[in-house]
Amino acid sequence: MATFVKFTLNGKSCLAEEGQPLVAAAKECGVYIPTLCNYPGIPPKGACRICTVLINGLPATACTTKVVEGMNVQTSTPELEAFRMAVVEILFAEGNHLCPSCEKSGSCELQALAYRYRMTVPRFPYLFPKRDVEAWHPKILKDHNRCIQCKRCIRGIHNEAGQAVFAFGKRGDRVVINIDPETSKTVSDELAQQAMDLCPVGAILRKEKGFDVPIGRRKYDRTPIGSEV
Amino acid sequence: MLEKTMPKKIIATASLAGCFGCHMSLLDIDERILELIELVEFNKSPIDDIKTFTKECDIGLIEGGCCNDENVHNLIEFRKHCKVLVALGECAIMGGLPSLRNTIPLKECLDEAYLNGPTVADCNEQKIIPHDPDLPKILNRIYPCHEVVKIDYFLPGCPPRADLIWDALVALVTGAELKLEYSTFKFD
Repeated sequence: MATFVKFTLNGKSCLAEEGQPLVAAAKECGVYIPTLCNYPGIPPKGACRICTVLINGLPATACTTKVVEGMNVQTSTPELEAFRMAVVEILFAEGNHLCPSCEKSGSCELQALAYRYRMTVPRFPYLFPKRDVEAWHPKILKDHNRCIQCKRCIRGIHNEAGQAVFAFGKRGDRVVINIDPETSKTVSDELAQQAMDLCPVGAILRKEKGFDVPIGRRKYDRTPIGSEV
Repeated sequence: MLEKTMPKKIIATASLAGCFGCHMSLLDIDERILELIELVEFNKSPIDDIKTFTKECDIGLIEGGCCNDENVHNLIEFRKHCKVLVALGECAIMGGLPSLRNTIPLKECLDEAYLNGPTVADCNEQKIIPHDPDLPKILNRIYPCHEVVKIDYFLPGCPPRADLIWDALVALVTGAELKLEYSTFKFD
């Protein structure tokens, strides 16, 4: 039997399983907290900061915070929403996000968040960084232009032996997601699909497959991200 | 039917480093164009083929970013003559498809386009990169419009949905607040 703790969510008293990540607990209570680097079932990272909420009045990431008894959480204030929009804008300015030519467009979480916040243009100058496209892998295509360095793929994609398929090189804004050429040869269609689905943007794609869902029927074409909560 | 305002608002449009897709999307408002023409008058625009400003304009719609000096000159002219300037579509907002060259040095781009590319390597025997003074000078990279002049509003999309353009024009003409509908707010 799981033990439950009582906490306050946007002024309402809520119950959650003890030790549950705040993002998941809030979702069960019907409150959406935007996430980007977080994915249910894989270890949280707290990299993108978009899930920042106020816990007892102080900002903290909701993906890495576990619910404790008596916690007072505010998920949406004008400052928090402005901060989240700034995170989305930074990510758009920092990479080369050419939505019109991206296979993931319409199902991309970064784009969906930009839609949610009605971001027309980032307030920050575009950096147009020079990044590589790796098309030589047998099953996957990696486009570093679109990578937001969330490291979901590193945390979530493992081979049959349980080893991480992806790894990162360099640090800071120069982080690149690497895959060993030998490991790359062993990636199956299923694993490539998993990696593509896990990637919040279009940085990892399964080869020979794309644009298979018509415009209008893609994941975020009609309903904003978070409306399922 | 929208109430007619007097005098008519004056609109100018331009396609800089764009594909005219945004202008096509403007035409996609279908029969509402009859309503539009009751409310506005077009000045400098490819739609009526007026080449130079003959009046001061209320609204300028800019499609495409700046890839050469002519685009920059044009954009500055628009800023001078339009009270409100709107960046229309992804190219105007962030450079779009032309900005794919932004990470490639200009010399490499020109060499590939005129000297080494598979369709030109055998026929450009004199190894000429076009440089006639009448041709616009290419810029080192594509500049989104708001990096060149102040842009008042941005309408995303590739192209922006006709309904979004319509809603925005109605808002600009009537002074009503623009409600950005989720269904028309897209980047592709």
